[in-house]
Amino acid sequence: MGRKSIETLVGLFVLLGFLAIVFLALQAANLASFSRGATYTLTARFDNIGGLKVRAPVKSAGVTVGRISAISLDTKTFQGVVSMEIDKRFEFPADTSAKILTAGLLGDQYLGLEPGGDDKNLAAGDAIKMTQSAVVLENLIGQFLYSKAAEGSDDKGGKSESSGKSDKRGEKKK
Amino acid sequence: MTGEPIGVLDRVARVGATALGVLRALGRHADFLIELLKSVPVALRRFYLVVAQIHAIGNYSLVIIVASGLAVGFVLGLQGYYTLSRYGAAESLGLLVALSLVRELGPVVTALLFAGRAGTSLTAEIGLMKAGEQLAAMEMMAVDPRARVLAPRFIGGLVAMPFLAALFSAVGILGGYVVGVGLIGIDPGAFWAQMQSGVDVWDDVGNGIIKSIVFGLACTFVALYQGYETQATPEGVAQATTRTVVISSLAVLALDFILTAAMFSTP
Repeated sequence: MGRKSIETLVGLFVLLGFLAIVFLALQAANLASFSRGATYTLTARFDNIGGLKVRAPVKSAGVTVGRISAISLDTKTFQGVVSMEIDKRFEFPADTSAKILTAGLLGDQYLGLEPGGDDKNLAAGDAIKMTQSAVVLENLIGQFLYSKAAEGSDDKGGKSESSGKSDKRGEKKK
Repeated sequence: MTGEPIGVLDRVARVGATALGVLRALGRHADFLIELLKSVPVALRRFYLVVAQIHAIGNYSLVIIVASGLAVGFVLGLQGYYTLSRYGAAESLGLLVALSLVRELGPVVTALLFAGRAGTSLTAEIGLMKAGEQLAAMEMMAVDPRARVLAPRFIGGLVAMPFLAALFSAVGILGGYVVGVGLIGIDPGAFWAQMQSGVDVWDDVGNGIIKSIVFGLACTFVALYQGYETQATPEGVAQATTRTVVISSLAVLALDFILTAAMFSTP
C-alpha cells in the first residue's frame, strides 16, 4: 500500500474518532446546554439543604435557569449557604423565594425559584431572603408521630403533663 | 551447616533477593520508559512512520472495537431494561447505557481488546525482530532501534486508543438505542433526554477520555517492553506475547480502580 493511501485511511480513522467524541459530547452529554452565556451569582441560606449537590439545576416554573455553583456552611448561624449561577437572560424580583425540591419520588434534588411581585430585580451577589428547606423524611415522620400522639391524648380528655408538653411543641412548630 | 541460624539467614536473603529483583525490574521499566520518551521527538520528525503505526494499530482494530461496542450496547440495553423496569424507571435506560459506557466499559473493554488485538502484535513483531537480530543490525548501522521501531509504535498506540474508546462508547450507545427504542419500545425522546440531563461533558466524557489515554499508555508500554526484553527464541516470543496480555489486562484493571476512585468518588 502506498504512503498516500495509508495516510488517507489514517485520516479517516482519526476523523471517525473525532466524530465519536463529538457525538458523545453533543448527543450523549448535551454540551450545548452548558455553553450558556454570561451568568450572575445569587446566594440563599437554608436551615437544611437535604441532598442538594453542586451542579444541581436551578429551575423556575420548571425551566432550568442556572446551576448550583457552591455549597458551604455558615459557622455562625449554622445554615447551609448555597451559591448559584443564574443565566443573565433571566432576572427575578427582589422578593423571590427559593425552595429545595425533589424531581419525582426518587429523583435528584434541585432548587426552585418562585418569583414575587417586587419592582426591583435581584442583582449579582444578592441573597434570596425567603427560603424553604429541603423536606427530610425523618423529621416529617417525627412530626407526624408527634401530632398523632397529641391527638390520642386529646381524645382521652386527660390533662396529663405529656399533652401539655405536646401542645407547647406544636405551637413552636407553627 | 544446616543449623537454625543459617536457615533464618537464608530466608532473609531470599526476601532480600526478591525485593532487589522487584526494584531491578522497576528500574528497567523506568529506564525503558525514559529512553522511549527521549526518542519520541525523533520519531515525530519522521511522521510517516507514526502514521503507518496508527494505521496498523488503529485502523486494523476498528472492526473488533465496533463489533464489540455494538454487542455490549445491545446487552446493556436488554439487561438494563430488565432491571430498570422493576423499579418503573425504564425511561432511564439511555442514562444507564451512556454512563456505564462512557465512564467504565468504553475505556476498560477497549483497553482489554486493545491489549489482545494490538498489544500482542506489537510484542510479537518486536520480539521476532530481536530474535532475527534485526534490532542488533540496526544498531550496527548506527540507527537507533528505539527511535526507528519503538517510538513510532508508542505514539501510534497512544493516539489510536482514545479514538477507539470513544468509538466503542458511541457505537455502544447506538446499540443501546437500537435495542431500547427499536426492540423494547422506549420513547426515543425520553431515552436521549435522560441521557443528556445525566451525563456531564467534563466529569463523565472527559474523564472517560483521560482514562482511555492512560490505558493506551499502559498497554502500549507493556507491549513494547515485553517485545524489547524478550528472549530471542520462539518460546521466548511466545511467553512475551502471553505476558503482554496478562500484564496489560491486570494493569488496566488496577489503573481503572485507582482512576475511578480518584475521579468519581469525590462528594
